[in-house]
Amino acid sequence: MKIVVAIKQTPDSAAKVVADGGQVAWGDAPLEMNPWDEFAVEAALLQADAQEAEVTAISVGGESAKEALKTALAMGAQQAILISDPALANADSQAIAKVLAAAIRKIGEVDLAFFGRQAIDGDMGVTGAMTARVLGWPMLGLVAAVQALSTDSIRVECSFEEGRQVVDCKLPAVVSVSKDISEPRYPSFMGIRKASRAVIPTWSLGDLGLAAPASVVVWPQVANPPARQVTTEMVSGGTAKEIAENLVDKILAEKVL
Amino acid sequence: MSAKILVFIDQFKGAALPAAWEALGAGQMLAGLLGGGEVAALVIGTGAQAVASQAFGYGVESVYYSEDPSLADYRPEPYGALLVKLARELAPQVLLLPTSVRGRELAAQAAIDLETGVLADVTELAVENGKLVATRPVYSGKVLAKTICQATPQVITTRGRAFARPAFDSSRSGAPVSLAAVLEEGQIAARVVGYTQSEGGVSLADAAVIVSGGRGLANNPAAAPGGLDEKQAEIWRAQQGFTLLGELAGVLGGAVGASRAAVDAGYISYDHQVGQTGKLVSPDLYIACGISGAIQHQAGMRSSKVIVAINKDGEAPIFKLARFGVVGDVYAILPALIEAFKQRLGKA
Repeated sequence: MKIVVAIKQTPDSAAKVVADGGQVAWGDAPLEMNPWDEFAVEAALLQADAQEAEVTAISVGGESAKEALKTALAMGAQQAILISDPALANADSQAIAKVLAAAIRKIGEVDLAFFGRQAIDGDMGVTGAMTARVLGWPMLGLVAAVQALSTDSIRVECSFEEGRQVVDCKLPAVVSVSKDISEPRYPSFMGIRKASRAVIPTWSLGDLGLAAPASVVVWPQVANPPARQVTTEMVSGGTAKEIAENLVDKILAEKVL
Repeated sequence: MSAKILVFIDQFKGAALPAAWEALGAGQMLAGLLGGGEVAALVIGTGAQAVASQAFGYGVESVYYSEDPSLADYRPEPYGALLVKLARELAPQVLLLPTSVRGRELAAQAAIDLETGVLADVTELAVENGKLVATRPVYSGKVLAKTICQATPQVITTRGRAFARPAFDSSRSGAPVSLAAVLEEGQIAARVVGYTQSEGGVSLADAAVIVSGGRGLANNPAAAPGGLDEKQAEIWRAQQGFTLLGELAGVLGGAVGASRAAVDAGYISYDHQVGQTGKLVSPDLYIACGISGAIQHQAGMRSSKVIVAINKDGEAPIFKLARFGVVGDVYAILPALIEAFKQRLGKA
């Protein structure tokens, strides 16, 4: 069995991100694997452990994205491939989905492709489902648990607003995972050593036999959200009861209830 | 058959998601901004016909629905196929869906089939120089991006509580058009074999009031029952706090949220997490109890209208966002706060 996990490199979740001169900037905050994707890597590794499958991590990005791929290798992925091409600068979700689908086809005989819920930069949360559609594979969204996996089918719990659906699905399939799947493992010492020595191949669009997919979504303007105009009023009182009553008066005066 | 705007009304067993009616409101507003034109709606699944009838009350001109047995449970393949077929027939300029799990998935699938793009989780829509411009919070709301989809239809999912629900008028009615399924069972790879309902209550995304707890809830003076190890005792103490938060949320008709620290420590399930790797919420009132306010948590709740912080550490960053702050012990304040709200709201 062959498993692919698609990851993205994003600024650290603690980064102070601002719009600066029409560009998004995050100062010297480090770039890391998108936190949602750590769960996807964990899900892929869990299934691989159970099935003796091979996990290949793939990412579309610049040279620096190799660092995120090395994190996946350190966690236990067997292989990593960077897909990088100057023509993909400013690519939108559907263009990235077409590139990822082409990479998954090139890897060949892939049974499962794992994705995180969304990336914490663009926050679109559509790339997994788009890739599934480009491949013509079924989409299993926000999977909270994999109940069973065989060579030709998978049983998962998909999360929705109202609860969870248990779904049986034929393979191959695309799976996006929720945080419920399992806590991501830390890279092992051996894993880190292996990853640091790994040579990660880079595929261009030419290697994928793909012309640059046209992007249709543009971001003509980025701005900082309006500053939160708030004057903090500290509420006090002699007793908890008095504090609570003062606070309730003030909240009710805001007329939000 | 044609329509300017097609709205997917996401529903579950005959109840539309609040965000679905809000997406419809956004669609009606857009139709106006784009110089008029018909707004059509599609409802799929068990209970779709009832929701479809309701849609007329919300002012939709044409409503399509399907309760085909193959569409009883949500599955992206057959739902997407029907949505795409109708979108091809109606050739709308804009396809709107709520930012729900199903909405996002179907938007993604439809965009590929219709050779267009998606603008997901939009909070504002405007027409500038004849172009539809969608504002989206990116980097978890740390930055706002104005985005344009240059292909047609423009597929947009709208964030819950960002657009107004249209007025309901029961005197408006109509006959929804029943549609047949597009895919046959043999063409669908997925099969739904079971279902578990979540604990219920008000969902965080739709909640007007959220009462949230953090790591500080472990500072509970009550003694944990014997026989628990240190970690279990800590969880027990914090869970007493979440029970209080639940009580307060109940009084205010709201939902219970939590910080990542509280979720990671095992005090409450991940469904409740507010923040960058949890839910992004914007209630009218957000009461943060024992939450220090890490930047990742702030990203998830900073657009709340009124924020109240209760924390024993007066230096906690959460106070910078708060309209009202109380420096004190949540275990002393919360019971008094529940009592005071009950009295003032006549729920004693």
